[in-house]
Amino acid sequence: MHTTIHHLLALWATIPEIVRTLVWILIITIGVILCVAFLTLWERKVIGWMQLRRGPNRVRIFGLLPGLGQPFADVFKLLTKEVVVPSGSSKFLFRIAPALALVPALAAWAVIPLSPELVVSKANAGLLYLLALSSMGVYGIILAGWSANSKYAMLGAMRSAAQMLAYEIAMGFALVGVLMAAGSMNLGQIVQHQQGGFLAWNWFWLFPMFVVYFIAGVAETNRAPFDVAEGESEIVAGFHVEYSGIAFALFFLAEYANMILISALTAVFFFGGWLSPVAGYPLIGHTFLADPSFFWLGLKVFCALFLFLWFRATFPRYRYDQIMRLGWKALIPVTLVWIGVEMVMAAIHIGPWARPWFH
Amino acid sequence: MHPTGETEAVLVQILFYLFATLLVAGALGVITARNPVYSVLFLVFSFINSAAIWLLVEAEFLAIVLVLVYVGAVMVLFLFVVMMLDINLAEIRQGFTRFAWLGWITAAAVIVEIVGVIWGHGLGGVDVGRGFVSEPANYSNTLELGRVLYTRYAYPFELAGVLLVVAIVAAIALTLRHRPGMKAQDVSRQVAVRAKDRLRVVKVSAEKRS
Repeated sequence: MHTTIHHLLALWATIPEIVRTLVWILIITIGVILCVAFLTLWERKVIGWMQLRRGPNRVRIFGLLPGLGQPFADVFKLLTKEVVVPSGSSKFLFRIAPALALVPALAAWAVIPLSPELVVSKANAGLLYLLALSSMGVYGIILAGWSANSKYAMLGAMRSAAQMLAYEIAMGFALVGVLMAAGSMNLGQIVQHQQGGFLAWNWFWLFPMFVVYFIAGVAETNRAPFDVAEGESEIVAGFHVEYSGIAFALFFLAEYANMILISALTAVFFFGGWLSPVAGYPLIGHTFLADPSFFWLGLKVFCALFLFLWFRATFPRYRYDQIMRLGWKALIPVTLVWIGVEMVMAAIHIGPWARPWFH
Repeated sequence: MHPTGETEAVLVQILFYLFATLLVAGALGVITARNPVYSVLFLVFSFINSAAIWLLVEAEFLAIVLVLVYVGAVMVLFLFVVMMLDINLAEIRQGFTRFAWLGWITAAAVIVEIVGVIWGHGLGGVDVGRGFVSEPANYSNTLELGRVLYTRYAYPFELAGVLLVVAIVAAIALTLRHRPGMKAQDVSRQVAVRAKDRLRVVKVSAEKRS
């Protein structure tokens, strides 16, 4: 058994690097899409439980757990439906908009370190790359709204464009705080700078930044309570009102992929990524529990995703002008103030700036 | 990317010509597209291709910032405005031939300037045909740029920042109008409201008095 694994590893190393990278990209993409599939199910189950319902419980796979086959049933249903292209629409943009929404959400995974060794690209400017990609996600929504030649879709697109631009600024400033604490834009190094157990992670010293980042993340993904881009009580379904079949499913895929991405980034930036929460603590700090691994990242992402679902089940939708007010007049000033506080902390060497590697 | 071997150098060349062709095609699209929205999208396409070319010469900071600032923010606002405007294309096309000579002169001037700069200064250490000198793998473009920007060019940099702030203030001051009779919520009053201002609990007897 052991020798077989060694043989396989040796074989893997002989493959040219470009092919290996492509295989990794494929594995991560398929992994994210599968996660999205089961996240939709988990969301419906969790919201169901919170509202004292059962959630989907009809479709089974191999007689296992009721509802486990629901995502696949949904996908096959949407795949077999007709994609209606409205008359008077810009045909090309209408067809390409769903892809434009999905591609940035998947491409961002290139720089996210899944475990100490496992990352597709160790880009030095990884954080900037992420900001650039997340700012491109808005094109899918705007173009979907405009090309559909529908007033409701247009209104939804306008709302979400203004909202995403506003919250990107707050998000960018929150990441400036992370950058100041880590002294690097490489995501792997940002994680490594948080070494040393639960309280050494960035969330403790950058708590306001963490709160702002997560709120901005919820707003960026157009999720409840900031989902006015598809506020069904006002503008039917917003920017994707004219989409049907698999084109509609792609927007959904993009939204959920973005949720997983934001959760992963929250884990990397503020919760030590793959690091173990008990590292360095007495008793358990020297067992296998303290080892950094993919498991810890997965657990953190899962918890962050649960917050998204929790918000959706419990918060009423914001009024549009209140969203803009919150973004511009509350979140951005908070980040600016905390950047000032960080400057002071860095000058007198407390918090992450007191650690030996920082000089 | 570090062109160590011959094959990688060839690959870089192929990628350069690919992106350069797409860039020029996109730029042509900007001025020939009939719909202004498509023009803006062609411009976005050109930006992305020029960012890719910058990546090929290992200027990753500039490449990503180009995408972040122009594609992610400026062009979204452009798109926003162009979609809102009800542009009458026929009106814009009027006088195209009348003012064509002005366009030709401007184009010629720009070309002369570009050629003049290249002739006058040379390409500044760039070995034409072989590309830039590649830096070691741990070289951080961002770090170097920051180092120069905040030490040697600190004052011009700060000055540019002040200029931008002044521009923002001016733009807001010019467009901020207070129309009389406009209905809007006063958010601070909404926040300050208490339940006892709005709600009166009344005791109603359960049965009808006979």
